[in-house]
Amino acid sequence: MPYDPQLVAPMREELTRLGVQELTTAAAVDEWIAENDSPGLLIINSVCGCAAGQARPAVALALQHAARPARVATVFAGQDVEATAQARSHFAEFPPSSPSMVMFKNGEIVHFLPRHRIESRSAQEIAQELTEAFQKHCVTA
Amino acid sequence: MGTFHHDKGELHGITVVVVTDGPELFVGRCDTITAKQVVLLDVEAHVEGENASSRQEYLQRVSMVGQRGEIPRVVVPTERVRSLQRLAELEIP
Repeated sequence: MPYDPQLVAPMREELTRLGVQELTTAAAVDEWIAENDSPGLLIINSVCGCAAGQARPAVALALQHAARPARVATVFAGQDVEATAQARSHFAEFPPSSPSMVMFKNGEIVHFLPRHRIESRSAQEIAQELTEAFQKHCVTA
Repeated sequence: MGTFHHDKGELHGITVVVVTDGPELFVGRCDTITAKQVVLLDVEAHVEGENASSRQEYLQRVSMVGQRGEIPRVVVPTERVRSLQRLAELEIP
């Protein structure tokens, strides 16, 4: 059963206020994945305080970096059920994990940050890993 | 911001590796740890000798990508626990 939308709303806004695009349908996910002309970061958002509570601030920190993906999107696990399942179908070789983050480039997965590497770290540490991936795969703005 | 359960212990919600006194090893989200048992959620089990991969190969993979939560809940009696540590802190020889 999906979470109460009122509970989830502030957790969505932590990302959307950064300009992160919400994908709430399977079709929207497929369209975003297909637009592979530039690197993209997909965030599997979650209500989990143990991990997502650091993941969202980490995204905010990382997106301040000069090198960053042109496209950043999110699906909300446990809320946008169809969109999340469709997103995961594009990287089925990785176990389902939320929160988690996947970076795509030229239609390939170039970086995967699973939940267990988020939950034990500070927002600064997670952001450091993200910015290193951005520097490797993105053009500086 | 998020959903927290401060009454559940410091490892609540954290992905851990539980090595037992037998061939079974469990990777899952820690729910509770009591004097009697460890309760894990969204668990993947590795059984040495039964799985295609060795324990070391399995741990190398799971430390990179995480576990598949194939088993919703596993209860491990405390007397069977040989070690318990965060997956993120696992050091594989």
